[in-house]
Amino acid sequence: MRIESKDQFEALRSQAKEAAESCENKILVCCGTGCLASGAKKVAEAFAEEVARRSVDVSVGLLVKSTGCHGFCERGPLVALQPSGILYTKVKPAQVGDIVEKTVVGGEIIPSLLYKNPVDGERIELYEEIPFYKHQVRVAMRNIGHIDPTDILDAVAEGAYAGLAKALFEMSPDEVLEEVAVSGQRGRGGAGFNTARKWKSCKNAPGARRFVLCNGDEGDPGAFKDRSIMEGDPHSILEGIVIGAYAVGAHEGFIYVRDEYPLAVVNLTIAIHEARKYGLLGENIMGSGFDFDIKISRGGGAFVCGESSALMRSLEGKTGEPRAKYVHSTEKGLFDLPTVLNNVETWAGIGAIIDCGGAWFASMGTEKSKGTKAFSLVGKVKNTGLIELPMGTPLRTIIFDIGGGTLGDRPFKAVQTGGPSGGCVPEELLDLPVDYEKLTEAGSMMGSGGMIVMDDRTCMVDVSRYFLAFLEEESCGKCTPCREGLKQMLTIYDDLVAGRGAEGDLERIERLAAGMQLGSLCELGKSAPNPVLSTLRYFRSEYEAHIRDKACPAGICRELTAYEIIQDECDGCHACFKACPVDAITGVVKEEHIIHHDACISCGACFDVCPTNAIRTFPKVELEKAEVV
Amino acid sequence: MPTLQINGRRVTVAEDATILDAARKAGVEIPTLCQFDGLEPWGGCRLCVVDMSLASWDDDWFKVVTSCNHPVEEGMTVLTNTERIIETRRVVLDLLLARCPETPLIQGLAREHGIDQTSYAPNPEPDDCILCGLCTRVCDHIGVSAISSVNRGWGREIAPPFHKAPPDCIGCLACAEVCPTDCIPYSTSNTRREIWGKEFEMLRDPKTGEAVITKAQAQHFAERSGVPTTYFETSDASKRRQMAKTFERLGQLK
Repeated sequence: MRIESKDQFEALRSQAKEAAESCENKILVCCGTGCLASGAKKVAEAFAEEVARRSVDVSVGLLVKSTGCHGFCERGPLVALQPSGILYTKVKPAQVGDIVEKTVVGGEIIPSLLYKNPVDGERIELYEEIPFYKHQVRVAMRNIGHIDPTDILDAVAEGAYAGLAKALFEMSPDEVLEEVAVSGQRGRGGAGFNTARKWKSCKNAPGARRFVLCNGDEGDPGAFKDRSIMEGDPHSILEGIVIGAYAVGAHEGFIYVRDEYPLAVVNLTIAIHEARKYGLLGENIMGSGFDFDIKISRGGGAFVCGESSALMRSLEGKTGEPRAKYVHSTEKGLFDLPTVLNNVETWAGIGAIIDCGGAWFASMGTEKSKGTKAFSLVGKVKNTGLIELPMGTPLRTIIFDIGGGTLGDRPFKAVQTGGPSGGCVPEELLDLPVDYEKLTEAGSMMGSGGMIVMDDRTCMVDVSRYFLAFLEEESCGKCTPCREGLKQMLTIYDDLVAGRGAEGDLERIERLAAGMQLGSLCELGKSAPNPVLSTLRYFRSEYEAHIRDKACPAGICRELTAYEIIQDECDGCHACFKACPVDAITGVVKEEHIIHHDACISCGACFDVCPTNAIRTFPKVELEKAEVV
Repeated sequence: MPTLQINGRRVTVAEDATILDAARKAGVEIPTLCQFDGLEPWGGCRLCVVDMSLASWDDDWFKVVTSCNHPVEEGMTVLTNTERIIETRRVVLDLLLARCPETPLIQGLAREHGIDQTSYAPNPEPDDCILCGLCTRVCDHIGVSAISSVNRGWGREIAPPFHKAPPDCIGCLACAEVCPTDCIPYSTSNTRREIWGKEFEMLRDPKTGEAVITKAQAQHFAERSGVPTTYFETSDASKRRQMAKTFERLGQLK
């Protein structure tokens, strides 16, 4: 059914709402990539079977929905029940019968499936009372988890395309631009360029043909917010893009998605087909006279293709390499025509901004960073997952209230934000309110919103080496400072973690870093030294220990670290013996265990499994000293 | 026509000029490795970086840009020898010297910038390729695209497809000609030519017998220009001789 007018859209919307509300009981099974990996598909199928089997439930209107990512990936598969608002975590297919029988039909709660607050051990019944969700404010992710991403009517019932209808029928393109300007929204891809300013620049560029693009090439280690939005609510992205196209006067667009996100590609494809079918995309959208259509382009998995000019070259069918942007892509972008490129999360917020008003968006956040921001919270934190918060939320709230603190309550050391272009923020800055400026001041950046929590068992030299290795692999090699500089920087780090570091290495690193920052062609190379410089700034003594004492204070770098068992703490459980991959541990159950240093490869497997923390690390050099004595 | 200042010298250049064009006109030398007149600027070697400030910016605000591809603007100020520019160039040359420790061009440029030996780990298997991309760009420009860069990052190299004799190569030698370090080997004689592992038959002047261009090159040019292949088999010397004879005849006709 094609929508031919605003009235028809309103009618469709109330019809969809009615249909959604007619069904009182809903079982929402999270089918994001995280929960799918923990077996959510089987759970959803089991629910469908169970519901089909019980004819009695049909009369109360029971609907099983596979939704996008609820965010709380750590506890998946997640099942939310409506209208009660109960959230069950780590649900297995075998428990489905019980859930339907006891909770859905009987109204009785199954305590063992509820979320247990690690702080006080209490079970929490309701979705919104769980600390992980309590602090969140969702704009870009407003519908994720509530809707079935493959069902356009479900999205429309929740408000999708309402912003588009308002823009097309009640606002001129300039008024749309003005509303976005009032919102103060800045690019969510990392650089934080003002959205409205970008659009205006494109709109004012000469020429009739122009493009709007969506950057879904999220490739930072530890970041997955764009993926979850594309998977969980593709309509919010399409709506934003059409509104943007209307504002700048574009009729063609592309969504560039990395091919490693298969579910995102599938759900976006379905969404585009459905939107076309309903006349929300294509010619004469909603009968407004505005034409716009969009295609999906799948990226080949090069990190550098997330860079705007490389992305456009890749879309053109050329090698995805960046080029100088002295002439902005808003004037000369894809096929040398005016182009607006925004990130997935940026587009996803636009519909809400138009629908609820720029002022509403601007009422959240800080002075220069308005609205909310999505983050992927990962690493050594209890509640890993996807969150969205008002800008300016302190790191401490994110990591300790929402994240639940570090795994095993080990001492917190740092949080890495912004991916390979970002940096490590140390404990003393935990009260830092998170916005674009504050993170940059701290030597890190917003980036794509990845947050990797690190505890005391993290070596900052090793972490920097990890990011360097990632970038060295991903550098396109076009410009000298990035191609050669990353290789040489990595060589220095390989020496540092292996105990071959020498005096003067830190100065060499700093000199090279400055050359790369000033000399590199694109942001990949320019920002590549950030992890290095931020760890040097906050953890210099750790570097010095690697060079001077040939020791890794965190006990991570293998070449520098030895392990031993503290006999008084060991209860002879034999777990380390079983975990050791090279049979370097001897001992029998309930008796003394010993690590043999000549055979030990310092992998740390014993350390990780020891239930009584009876294994300690110490610098390998001490072994050599002992031998000499 | 915009006027700008480079190291204090005023220079007026064409609207579409780059900073590098302007610097050359002003007699200010800027080192480059990947720039070649007639090819679109690429901005890959990063040697031509300069400090630049636009008239509309605060006086002390300068930005580091590559001069080869940055357009000029009225009132622009350019400095080619600030401390950070010299240092950035040094880092670039130091890195290139690590990749190509035995390449005379790089050794010379590095020495000019005060570097006798690289401060980084020298390439254990050095060759002379500095990855300036001139060969592949000229090949694209001619409309052949027989070679390209393959792999990425440090492993990037210039190669024909699958490292086999490139089917599209016309043996024109433009790649070898533009290579600043002469690292593309080829052999050519009166009868045959070889480059990138592919052999070519030479077109020879019917009168003098001297080799002019490869048959494949003549065909490529003929297809693109509509001129018959035979036009290309005449050597320049033969063409001049022909011309002289024509003028001689014209003179006699008078």
